[in-house]
Amino acid sequence: MTAKEVRELDRVVIRFAGDSGDGMQLTGDRFTAEAATFGNDLSTLPNFPAEIRAPAGTLPGVSSFQLHFADHDILTPGDAPDVLVAMNPAALKANLADVPHGAILIIDSGEFTARALKKIGYATSPLDDGSLTAYQVHAVDLTGMTMKALEPFGLTRKEASRSKNMFALGLLSWMYGRPVDGTVRFLENKFATRANIRDANVTALKAGWNYGETTEDFAVSYEVRPAPMPAGRYRNITGNIALSYGLIAAARQSNLPLFLGSYPITPASDVLHEISKHKRFGVRTFQAEDEIAAIGAALGASFGGSLGITTTSGPGVALKSETIGLAVALELPLVIVDIQRGGPSTGLPTKTEQSDLLQVMFGRNGESPVPVVAAASPADCFDAAVEAVRIAVTYRTPVFLLSDGYLANGSEPWPIPDLGTLPHIDPDFATEPNHRGDDPEAAEFWPYLRDPQTLARPWATPGTAGLEHRIGGLEKADGSGAISYDPTNHDYMVRTRQAKIDNIAGVADLEVDDPTGQARLLVLGWGSTYGPIGAAIRRARRAGHHVAQAHLRHLNPFPANTGEVLRRYDRVLLPEMNLGQLALLLRARYLVDVVSYNQVRGLPFKAEELAEVIMKEVDQL
Amino acid sequence: MTATELGMPGLTGVPTTDAPQTKKDYTSDQEVRWCPGCGDYAVLATVQGFMPELGLARENVVFVSGIGCSSRFPYYMNTYGMHSIHGRAPAIATGLATSRPDLSVWVVTGDGDALSIGGNHLIHVLRRNVNVTILLFNNRIYGLTKGQYSPTSEQGKITKSTPMGSLDAPFNPVSLALGSEATFVARTIDSDRAHLTSVLRAAAAHRGTSLVEIYQNCNIFNDGAFEILKNRETRDEVLIRLEHGEPVRFGPNGEHGIRRNPATSGLEICSGDDPNVIVHDANAPDPSRAFALSRLADPGTLARTPIGIFRQVDRPTYGDLMNDQVDHAVDTQGSGDLNALIAGRDTWTVE
Repeated sequence: MTAKEVRELDRVVIRFAGDSGDGMQLTGDRFTAEAATFGNDLSTLPNFPAEIRAPAGTLPGVSSFQLHFADHDILTPGDAPDVLVAMNPAALKANLADVPHGAILIIDSGEFTARALKKIGYATSPLDDGSLTAYQVHAVDLTGMTMKALEPFGLTRKEASRSKNMFALGLLSWMYGRPVDGTVRFLENKFATRANIRDANVTALKAGWNYGETTEDFAVSYEVRPAPMPAGRYRNITGNIALSYGLIAAARQSNLPLFLGSYPITPASDVLHEISKHKRFGVRTFQAEDEIAAIGAALGASFGGSLGITTTSGPGVALKSETIGLAVALELPLVIVDIQRGGPSTGLPTKTEQSDLLQVMFGRNGESPVPVVAAASPADCFDAAVEAVRIAVTYRTPVFLLSDGYLANGSEPWPIPDLGTLPHIDPDFATEPNHRGDDPEAAEFWPYLRDPQTLARPWATPGTAGLEHRIGGLEKADGSGAISYDPTNHDYMVRTRQAKIDNIAGVADLEVDDPTGQARLLVLGWGSTYGPIGAAIRRARRAGHHVAQAHLRHLNPFPANTGEVLRRYDRVLLPEMNLGQLALLLRARYLVDVVSYNQVRGLPFKAEELAEVIMKEVDQL
Repeated sequence: MTATELGMPGLTGVPTTDAPQTKKDYTSDQEVRWCPGCGDYAVLATVQGFMPELGLARENVVFVSGIGCSSRFPYYMNTYGMHSIHGRAPAIATGLATSRPDLSVWVVTGDGDALSIGGNHLIHVLRRNVNVTILLFNNRIYGLTKGQYSPTSEQGKITKSTPMGSLDAPFNPVSLALGSEATFVARTIDSDRAHLTSVLRAAAAHRGTSLVEIYQNCNIFNDGAFEILKNRETRDEVLIRLEHGEPVRFGPNGEHGIRRNPATSGLEICSGDDPNVIVHDANAPDPSRAFALSRLADPGTLARTPIGIFRQVDRPTYGDLMNDQVDHAVDTQGSGDLNALIAGRDTWTVE
């Protein structure tokens, strides 16, 4: 055997695509883990149907996982795959439009039967009809070879063919010089009690690797060197896991027991799953009968002195609205996590969108201000969660923490934080009466006597003697908290609740990245567009354009310098995965003629496309 | 003295006080704003009068309510309290009671609040057996919104929203609770202070969700709805007082009884001296008999209405099980190490 040529690349985008039962997410996860351990920078984008198992071999049943890994710092999962692994005709058909000419197609020819082709409307096989000549096609009978490799295990046809994803993973691992030891360990753990299945999968994985190394079909393999990253210890993490850890960490920083009330909903359920695993941290998780009960229980727990959290997505937020309003009136800490997805209504449950911003800002009756914090990247979900808890506890208010489907399931390397650097969050429970009435001997507790600095009211939990009090959704008299229908008092309370949120401290100024200082265009973003906007700006700058970038983490209140930053530039471009919701807020608030660029395709922006838009804007100035 | 020593497992873990308490201690400084003559006054007075008997540290008592006339109740109790939103009190109480086993948590609700807008939460809190006591004020009408029919109103009820008569069949709250896996279900009447107090005592003692349906007169929009059960002339003929371990007899001189109909397996009226008169067993694990008792009442006239404790069985509470899981996790895995958690299993170091 002659040693094959190894070509060095700076970055690669691979997309694994197959039936939703083919294990593409697992395959992608494993390749990601190996790339991470190897030291590449990376970013991932799972993309799967809302149906758990759509009919096999159909277009709606196609599930994919895209992974971008590089020898340098990257920000997105990549616009287009350099390599598409298609496990059946449907996977090829569903994904081919995204694959640029010249890219590599690795196709499981074993699945290209007449029946499978007919099912999705291919009159002829694209493997034979010349329609793929613009690509580097490797038609490989992944299924057949997997079955052959697994013959000694005496598995059924169905069982054996299930391991074809491991064969594919083995082949791709060889192509990109990835070790497979981690995956072997993973399989040994996963199938610890089923030796036959474990051994079959390991065999398929190694068979895939060996096939790549021996066959003439693959003449070249590639190398993507580790990326230079700041020193430290790293792990790979998805947004939902980072968010879960952030909440647990924040509960510890505030010395409050975490109570999570939740109702299953895509793409937020994984946060419930994750936190449920960590009861040893003293967390209580409650799967409620509905979204309303989920937040109700969380608010009840907050009343009792827990850190009440509820996790959901857009449709769930709609159901929780009345309880959020109650929390605004009660002025109790509560964090509502909204992992946004495509809407309206059920919309696109597994796809990403940023279209809940106005819902979380205004989707309640009455003047009902709620702080909003948005995470910018998968790993940033950790810090955003800590910040949401800080505001909720310090200001006794419900807080929205926004993530989205892209952040939730996407992953990136995360420098594991030093917990010592996290903020201390002080619940500052009331323990003493705070008011003396007409009778100077009788000290009273006034639940709405505010801290003059923060305007936060005291948080007195049941069990504290002498501070017994009643709170509720009816308007309360300033100070005493007694029911009040007085017009002047209501006007005062409405303005005070607003002022409390408007004046939240610790909202850092909006920072602008403008390396040349010559930019006349500011590209502003919020939430998960951070990566795509950053990548697009790099492209624009490489092409010689001066562009400034700023990204909002706090959407309510806005950083104090927001208006000044917006006015500093001749033009402000605001890409959003909605029809201009933040733009509406900024225009109303700052009277700045923000230019929107909007897409609602259920997918993150592509850097190349966004770069075009940015450069066009610069050229027009 | 602790609640356990009082024989009240429902209050285990709730701090008690030796300081003598009176009704006044449980009375807040808020002016009571129900309509004069409302049955709610009687219930409030009975509850305020009863609470000192429990000897609980008052600061560990919480009343949570939804929306409706009865839901103003917490404002009048000098304890911790929350007047929440329509129908959601059981959900809020679930979070509070499960996260704070040291509290005695009471839910005050009405027929509209609990059975209409909050029906889902009611059945689920019963199913989970969260350790709370629910006082369901049933006046068979919407009072706060000024007189629409409620989910317990008799069919054909003429109200502002149903000028030609309501169309829907009413819920029987006791039947509903029994069908929802409730472990404690009782019914009582606002004006019968002694009976109400005895039921409250048993409900507080029960560990788990106690549902107490209280027939309560709305003298403005549904006056006299329970008159047949209250009037000296009629009540003995129609009211069936359930006592655990006692034969089920009623009538001015116990001349009627309840026996099992072997043909239908249901219950039927018989003579009070029939040898087959059933003996009430509130602790029976099978809820079928309790359910059959709940079906005796005529939904229209309320004739043959049983009051008392239909069912009281022991089943672990949701909160106890939840807290056991947390304890078990700590016992078996040690308390959480946050550094280890966030690092996970696969890390790499960049020099």
